[in-house]
Amino acid sequence: MTPEYEFHQRDRDIHPPAFTPVYKTSALRSPRIPLWSLQNSLSEVTGPTFHRDELGPLDNDLILNYAKNGKPIGEQTIVHGHVLDGNGRPVRDTLVEVWQANAGGRYRHRNDTYIAPIDPNFGGCGRMLTDESGYYFFRTVKPGAYPFRNRVNSWRPAHIHFSVFGSGFAQRLITQMYFEGDPLIPHDSIIATIPDRSAADRLTAKLDLNASLPLECLAYRFDIVLRGSRQTLFENKLQGS
Amino acid sequence: MSTQLYLPETPSQTAGPYVHIGLIPNQAGFDIFKNNFGGDIAGPHVAGERIVVEGRIYDASGQPAKDVLVETWQANAAGRYNHPADRQDKSLDPDFRGWARAGTDFETGLYRILTIKPGPVVGRRGRKTMAPHINFWIAARGINIGLATRMYFPDETAANAEDPVLNIIEQPERRRTLIAWRSERAGQAVYTFDIFLQGDRETVFFDV
Repeated sequence: MTPEYEFHQRDRDIHPPAFTPVYKTSALRSPRIPLWSLQNSLSEVTGPTFHRDELGPLDNDLILNYAKNGKPIGEQTIVHGHVLDGNGRPVRDTLVEVWQANAGGRYRHRNDTYIAPIDPNFGGCGRMLTDESGYYFFRTVKPGAYPFRNRVNSWRPAHIHFSVFGSGFAQRLITQMYFEGDPLIPHDSIIATIPDRSAADRLTAKLDLNASLPLECLAYRFDIVLRGSRQTLFENKLQGS
Repeated sequence: MSTQLYLPETPSQTAGPYVHIGLIPNQAGFDIFKNNFGGDIAGPHVAGERIVVEGRIYDASGQPAKDVLVETWQANAAGRYNHPADRQDKSLDPDFRGWARAGTDFETGLYRILTIKPGPVVGRRGRKTMAPHINFWIAARGINIGLATRMYFPDETAANAEDPVLNIIEQPERRRTLIAWRSERAGQAVYTFDIFLQGDRETVFFDV
């Protein structure tokens, strides 16, 4: 009966496992008992929906959405792409949220005490809904690399954090996007939590010169794939369908 | 042309310690969006019993994690999700999205959701009704892929005993990790749901 569709099983081999000693914080924050596998019910295939009138006109423009007395300092950059599901279908009207450090690698966060300065004109967060073809775009400054306490001399590559919803709560995903060619990528402990090299490579956005604005703004392309779904065949159909 | 039948999912990465900047900027310490998503989701026109859901997320050392993002997803008081795939013949509450987001407090580690008590939802294949529950999803520094769990209500003993999800958990002691405890504060029901990431009291997490 319900639901009429369910998500494909998540391929856990392409995701980082919970316990990854290379990333030290995971040691005390990872379950040790295996996850209970749960077949989808309405609780998993449904999820929150968002509306355009909930967002402001500058929410996807990180260059202007916190500008106080000028623009932020840094490389002006467009990031764009599609949110698709595993069947290659666009994920429409879904909320994409992003956050990042400024050009110097400093976050606007009360707990960040890195020596690089705050940029008074840069907040570092944005959000948008995908359109009917699953497309999203935002404008920002390219974030700087950032040191963190893992090993003594651990540095994060430049990255932008992404949060995506999809159409069902079981598609909920948080990830990070990296920039093509960054020499810190092979040294990063957090990328290293992903066991599958080709899966990790999919987190690297490609330079997209065709989408850059001459004399103004470079562009990177980053497509996101959420879990696909299938019709529940050979089951009783919903009343009325 | 690719011979791949399906596109592989984008791999997860930790939300990191500064997840608040993007998802709860007020908690990060600044004001940027006109409309913020939060943990108080029972507006004045929403039907149902107002409840508080709160708790802490403990790591393996027994310390509360103070940088966790908590999201919840639930049905309305009639037991229907505000989503087109839910076609149960029950009333829809347009003022109730059913989704909440909160961060654990930087000092105390406490998260708090102000919502309504959900009704029971039809189970998989329409056979067994699921007891009232709230779906949880948590993300944080040190958590590489978001963890899914469910909170059930201690005052729904009969429904919990029949719940098809609780009943697939083999060990009864582990089922109990999903049941909140109830208290009252100023005449309002408070459900405390603590989550234990690892150790003797480890919470049941689901691969949904």
